[in-house]
Amino acid sequence: MNKTAAILASSERFNALFSPEGIAVIGVNSHPAKFGFVAAHNILRHDYCGRVFLVKRDSGELLGEKCLESVDDIPDGAVDLAFICTPAAANPDILRSCAAKGVKAAFVVSAGYGEAGPEGREAQAELVKLCEELGILLAGPNGQGLVSPPVGLCAQIVAPMPLPGNIGVVSQSGNLVSSFMNLVEGTGIGISRGISAGNCAALGVADYLEYFAQDPETAVSLAYLEGLPDGRTFFDRAKKASRVQPLVLLKGGVTSGGAKAAASHTGSLASNDRIFHGMCRQAGISRVADVEEAVDTASAFSVLPLPRGRNVFVLTTAGGWGVLTADRISRSRDLSLMDIPPDIMAGFDAKLPSRWSRSNPADLAGGETRDTLPECLELVVAHPDVHAVVLLGLGIQSNQAHLAREGKFYPDNGLERICKYHERQDMRYADAVVDLMSEYDKPVLVATELAAVQPDNPGPARLRACGVPCFSTSHRAVTALEHLARYAKYRETRGI
Amino acid sequence: MRAPTRFLSEFESKRRLASYGIQSVSERLVFSASEAEEAGRELGFPVVAKLCGEGIAHKTERGLVRLGLATPEMVRVAAEELLAKARPEDGETGVLLGEMVFGTRELIAGVVDDPQFGKCVMIGFGGIFAEVLADVSFRLLPLTRQDAIEMIDDLETQAVLEDFRGEPPVNREKLVDILLGLSSFAEADESIVSVDVNPLIVSQGIPIAVDALLEVRA
Repeated sequence: MNKTAAILASSERFNALFSPEGIAVIGVNSHPAKFGFVAAHNILRHDYCGRVFLVKRDSGELLGEKCLESVDDIPDGAVDLAFICTPAAANPDILRSCAAKGVKAAFVVSAGYGEAGPEGREAQAELVKLCEELGILLAGPNGQGLVSPPVGLCAQIVAPMPLPGNIGVVSQSGNLVSSFMNLVEGTGIGISRGISAGNCAALGVADYLEYFAQDPETAVSLAYLEGLPDGRTFFDRAKKASRVQPLVLLKGGVTSGGAKAAASHTGSLASNDRIFHGMCRQAGISRVADVEEAVDTASAFSVLPLPRGRNVFVLTTAGGWGVLTADRISRSRDLSLMDIPPDIMAGFDAKLPSRWSRSNPADLAGGETRDTLPECLELVVAHPDVHAVVLLGLGIQSNQAHLAREGKFYPDNGLERICKYHERQDMRYADAVVDLMSEYDKPVLVATELAAVQPDNPGPARLRACGVPCFSTSHRAVTALEHLARYAKYRETRGI
Repeated sequence: MRAPTRFLSEFESKRRLASYGIQSVSERLVFSASEAEEAGRELGFPVVAKLCGEGIAHKTERGLVRLGLATPEMVRVAAEELLAKARPEDGETGVLLGEMVFGTRELIAGVVDDPQFGKCVMIGFGGIFAEVLADVSFRLLPLTRQDAIEMIDDLETQAVLEDFRGEPPVNREKLVDILLGLSSFAEADESIVSVDVNPLIVSQGIPIAVDALLEVRA
């Protein structure tokens, strides 16, 4: 245990895992369906900035790279990360050779360990012991691999490779790493590190969370967890990590049916869900209910400023959206649908026809002209009593433009000109959101289903290009905002 | 796996909790019917009488609780009947006489020892729907005041804590103090395995520990 702690303390070894100078893929295979091929392919396919060595039993060439027959052929000190796809029985010798070459960290893909009965558990214990002796930081085994987009590293046996960003992902299930990253892809938000923790033989979820908390590339942690060998220690460590940055956590095995599945999946003990929930609140963890909420929340933390209070103002270009959003906020324990401040009322009265709603949600009722929306938005965002803003209706003008462009009357009848105007307007609105949010350091959450169904719509597309989330429903936006508000309050009430 | 445990009597459980600020009712532990009559007069009628002993964990099921005793005669009869119900395994038994507490809202509070997270403080709604509704929340030891405030806020049925059927809102400060008291109590004494304060009756807004049971390592 002391030895493990010493290894953990060494961020040098974590750096070897997530930004290695050089990587060796061991167990390379020329069959494109084998892990040993896919891993080599995924690393070479991207622009990893370090050196890559492929170790293949029968040497030869793969994807234009000359393969080495053995780890012994790697130049001394050229590699600090080993990515191991060989059968479990071969691994002890391989790891010894790796250590001799100066390898500091290993990701072991190989199965046949803790998940594979008593013999596997014994092999896993030996693997952990050996790596401790060799001074190698052990990730996995039985994991899908890792990505580190800031250094262009895609060392995994699955897709995708996300954009570089500031969300650190760790999961006890490799598929969930993929799900998180698939959902993040296409939002304009990026990933700093992503790792499938596999059997967590030496490094558990808490170890990665601690690393993310001190990793300069990571500003938000996103974790999927099924069970915990030592809940109390996890609590203490997660609580420390959440003081540094937000920690979004999705827990599987919450019901007895799910717990049974989790037990056979990772061999983890299920916990009393109510105690787990209380633990999360106490540790400042943002616990989420599903994969979408996980990604929405992590994306929101990734980009949006934290609200400095619970007052939400809703700005909408049409009524129904505002009504539903008002209902959602009113049901929230963490947010308030504030009364419209008199000065915002007066400001809007001066800019809009009298049919606007004159309340919060402010329904502009289609009364806006060229500059109304950005001006009204600024009145709201700038107001000292407003802590967060939800904006609904981005992209509807471009949606009409889209319909017109596809139709038989386009481009005549003035349609070309008006389409361009509509699209410019939506881009201006998106720009206003980005600019005002940064100028006033307040969260503005934009929601429209067009973000999901019409990703090229200039409104959502512009936000995405600026790296700002556009939620597909206001319900999802408000749920993410609740997490922001709760975390902000957690910090405030504890003097963090 | 777990070490053997034993339960302390209600009287002893409450006595220990009281030194951590967990308020109970005025009580007298007596060992005869005539002492019971005398104690009833001191406390003021109506009173509650319960059989009290180390081995007694399920009083209601065994019919060991008598409510609303309004006269010395009623107290004497109740005490005689209760003492007659004592079984050898109950250990040394007496009759615990206490003031009758009136309130429509029942809460439960306590400490549990979770296999994964260790000792946790619990608060929840009690009464006949307690188990079905299961509106409870937990925090790990030790609690900060803010943790205690938030665990009360976490309860789903907040409306029950507000003005309720002519009674004032539950005094949250007092409830927070009880939760902090449970936390300090369980932290101070390693031998505590569980604490069950049930019911915690809300009387004029003040939560009062009407019954309590301590489980300690044997």
